[in-house]
Amino acid sequence: MRKLIDWIDARIPLIKVWEEHLAKYYAPKNFNFWYYFGSLAILVLVIQILTGIFLTMHYKPDSKLAFASVEYIMRDVPWGWLIRYMHVTGASLFFVAVYLHMFRAFLYGSHRQPRELVWLIGMVIYVALMAEGFTGYLLPWGNMSYWGAQVIISLFDAVPWVGPPVAEWIRGDFVVSDATLNRFFSFHVIAVPLVLVGLVYLHIVALHKVGSNNPDGIEIKRHKDKNGVPLDGIPFHPYYSVKDMVGVTVFMMVFVAIMFFAPELGGWFLEHDNFVPANSLQTPPEIKPLWYFTPYYSILRANTVNFFWISAKLWGVFFMGLSIVLFFFLPWLDRSPVKSIRYRGWMYKTALTIFVISFIILGYVGVKPPEGIYKTLAQICTILYFAFFFLMPWYTKYDRTKPEPDRVT
Amino acid sequence: MSDEGTDQTRRQLLAITTGLGLAGTAVASIPFVLSMQPSARARALGAPVEVDISKLEAGQRLVVEWRGKPVWIVNRTRKMLDTLPGMARKLVDPSSDASEQPSYATNEWRSIKPEILILVGICTHLGCSPLAKFVEGAASGLGEDWPGGFFCPCHGSFFDLAGRVYKGVPAPSNLVVPPHAYLSDTRIIVGVSPDGVEKNRKA
Amino acid sequence: MKRLCLAILLYTASTTASAAGLPAGVKQPHLEIDLSDKESLQRGARTFINYCLSCHSAAYMRYNRMAKDLGIDEESLRDNLLFVTDKVGDVMKAAMPAEDAKLWFGTAPPDLTVVARSRGPEWLYLYMTGFYREGSRWNNIVFPNVAMPHVLYEWQGEQRAVFETMEDGSKQFDHFEVVRPGSMKKEEYDAAIRELVNFLVYMGEPARLVRYRIGVYVLIFLGIFLIFTYLLKREYWKQLH
Repeated sequence: MRKLIDWIDARIPLIKVWEEHLAKYYAPKNFNFWYYFGSLAILVLVIQILTGIFLTMHYKPDSKLAFASVEYIMRDVPWGWLIRYMHVTGASLFFVAVYLHMFRAFLYGSHRQPRELVWLIGMVIYVALMAEGFTGYLLPWGNMSYWGAQVIISLFDAVPWVGPPVAEWIRGDFVVSDATLNRFFSFHVIAVPLVLVGLVYLHIVALHKVGSNNPDGIEIKRHKDKNGVPLDGIPFHPYYSVKDMVGVTVFMMVFVAIMFFAPELGGWFLEHDNFVPANSLQTPPEIKPLWYFTPYYSILRANTVNFFWISAKLWGVFFMGLSIVLFFFLPWLDRSPVKSIRYRGWMYKTALTIFVISFIILGYVGVKPPEGIYKTLAQICTILYFAFFFLMPWYTKYDRTKPEPDRVT
Repeated sequence: MSDEGTDQTRRQLLAITTGLGLAGTAVASIPFVLSMQPSARARALGAPVEVDISKLEAGQRLVVEWRGKPVWIVNRTRKMLDTLPGMARKLVDPSSDASEQPSYATNEWRSIKPEILILVGICTHLGCSPLAKFVEGAASGLGEDWPGGFFCPCHGSFFDLAGRVYKGVPAPSNLVVPPHAYLSDTRIIVGVSPDGVEKNRKA
Repeated sequence: MKRLCLAILLYTASTTASAAGLPAGVKQPHLEIDLSDKESLQRGARTFINYCLSCHSAAYMRYNRMAKDLGIDEESLRDNLLFVTDKVGDVMKAAMPAEDAKLWFGTAPPDLTVVARSRGPEWLYLYMTGFYREGSRWNNIVFPNVAMPHVLYEWQGEQRAVFETMEDGSKQFDHFEVVRPGSMKKEEYDAAIRELVNFLVYMGEPARLVRYRIGVYVLIFLGIFLIFTYLLKREYWKQLH
C-alpha cells in the first residue's frame, strides 16, 4: 500500500493535495451550525449528477415523448421513481443548502476582504445553479414547465431592439417548442453541470488560499505557533470531516423523509399542474415558478407603472436583474469595520432581519396571484429588498460596533 | 497522545461508522444498478408471441420476432430430417449436452414435433443472424458435400438442420431453442413452455 | 426529534396540498385514501375499466402491473378486465379512438393516468358526484359547462343543483336535489366514487404502495448511523479541549 502511494505520489501530487486541502488545512475551531451547508451543497451536487446520469438513460428530450418518458421512469423503469424523486428533492434541497450557505456570509461577513473572489465565484455558481434549475424544470414537459419557460424567455422581449430576436434565438422557434426542449436538455445535462463543477473547484481553491472565515469574523492567521500553524485552527481532517458526517446524516434524514413521505411537498417541490402534459393552447390558471425563484418573480411583477418613458414590463425585468446583480457588490457595499454580526450594532441587525423577512414574503407572494394584498406586499418588500443593498454603505458605516476579540471565542 | 482506552474506543467507532457507511452506500446503489435492467415496457414487448403455422409448407421457414430477436420456425421435410443422424462426427455437441434448449427439445431433432424446428436465429458466437442454406451440394456455394443447414456469414460458423454447430468453427455451441408450446396443431406460442414456465432451462 | 420533523413535514405537505379553488358553497370533502385496501382498489379498478376506459386512456399504466399491485390473478384479469387488448403487458388504451371521441365530445378526453396528481382526489370526488341536470344537458358543479356526459348516470340517477341568491345578487351553490333516483342509494354511490378515486390515486403513482415502507427502513438506518457519527465526532473533538 505504502509503495503504491509512493508510486502515485511521484507522478501526481497526491499527498500534497491531501495535506493542503484536508489534513493540513487549518480551519477555525469555532465553526457552528451555519458552516455545514458548504459540504452539504457539494453532497447534493454529487447526488444530482449521479441521479441525473441514470435519468438521462431513460428520458427522451422530444416534445412528443418527454412527458411520457418521465411517467415511463416513474412506472416502467425498475426503481425509476426513486431516482426521479431523489433528483426532484435534490433540486430543491440544493437551493435550500445554497441559500443557507449564502446567509452565513451575511451573518459573519464571509464575503469581505480577503474573500471577495470566493464570494464572486460563489455568486456565479448561484447564477449557474439557477440556469440549471430553470432548464431542468422544462424537461418533464408538463404544462407548468412549458408556460414557465414561455413566460421567463418572454422577459427578453421587453428589452428594446435586441430583445425579440434574442428570445427567438434562445427558443429556436417562435414559441417554446421541441427545439427549445432539446437545447435545454443539452444545457441541463452537460453545459451547465460542467461549468458548475469547474466553478465549485475554483470556489474551494480560492477559499483554501485565503482560509475560512469564522463566526467571529476575525483572521485566525494573525496568531500562529512556531510551526506556522494558526493557534485557533484545527486540521479540517479529521475534525471537520467527522463533524460534517453528522451534518450529512441529519441532512440525509430530512432528504429521505421528504423523498419517501412527501415528494411533492404539497406542490412546493412538484407542482400539481405539471402532471398535465404541455399544451401550447392552454395556460394553467396560475403560472408560478418553483419556490426557489419566487422572490425574484415577485420583484419582476412588483412594478406596474410606466415611468421615465420606459414600460413597466421593462422596469420589472430590470429590477429582477438588479436584485440578483446587487449580490455581487456586497463585499464593497459593506463598510463596517467588523465582519461578524456578533460585533455589529442594531442597525445592521435590523436591516438583515428586515431583508430576510422581505425575501421570505417575496417568495411566498410569488406563488400567489398578483392582486390585492399580495401585490401591495410584493411592492413593499421589493422596496425593502433594494433598501437593504442601497443603504448598506451608510448603515454599516455609522452603526455602533463592538470591539472584535483578539482570538476566536 | 491520549491513553489506551480512548484510542480503543475511537478505533471501534471508526470501524463501525465506516462499516455502516459503506453498507448504506452499497444498499443505496442497488436501485441504480437495477434501474438498468429491462423495464416493464421491454418485458411487455418481450412477451410470448403466438404464431399461426398452418400456411408453413414443408421445406419452408418462417421468421417471427420475439424479444427483438429473430425466431425461425422451419417445417423440415422427411429428407431434411434424415440428414440429422449421420452428422454426429462433424459436430461439436451432437446430443446438445452443452447447449441451451428446453428439456422437451433435448433430443436428436431438437424440437417437440420432429418436423417443426424452432430456433433463436442468433449465432452463439457473436450474435449475428445466420443465413438459411437449405439447398444441398454445390448449388449452395458451400461445397459438394453440404447437406443443408445454416451458415453465419460474419465469422463463418456452420450449423446443421437442427441448429447444431460444426466442429472447427468459431461458434461454441448449438443455436438456442426458445421455450415454446403448441396451443393447437397449427398455433405455436414462442416464449412459454408447455408447463407455462417462461425460462429456458440450461441443459 | 425525527417524529417531530416528520410531523411538521407532513403537516406542511397536507396544508398546502391541492389548493385548487372550489366554487363558493362547495365544501371540501374529507376523503380517506387507503391504498392498503386491495379489495376497494380492485372495485375502483373495475369501475374505471368498465366506464372511464371507454373514452379515456390511461396510457402509462400497464394491466399486468395493476394486477400485480392489486393482487388480481392473471386469469381473472383476462376474464373480467381485459377488453381492449389480449396482452396483459399492454398499457390501458381507450376503447374509443381519440379522433372519434374528439368528434363526439368536441374535445379529446384527457389521459387519466396521473389525473389524481394534477386535480387531487378531493376534486375528482366532487366532480364525479357533482353532475347535475340543467335543461337538456349535463353540467358539473366543479367543472362548469363540462363536455363530458354523466357516465355513471344509471348508478347515481339525476339530480338538480339548488343555488342560493346572496345579498350581492350572486348565486351560490347550496345543495343537490334528487330528480330521479338511480340504481344505487346515495351512500352506495358515494362509496363507489370513493373507491374509484382511491384507484385513481393508486394509478397516479403506483410507487406509493412501497415508498412509505422503504422510507421507514431508510430512516431507521440513518437514525442508527447518526448515533455512531455523533459518537465518533465527540470522540475526536474530546481531545481538543
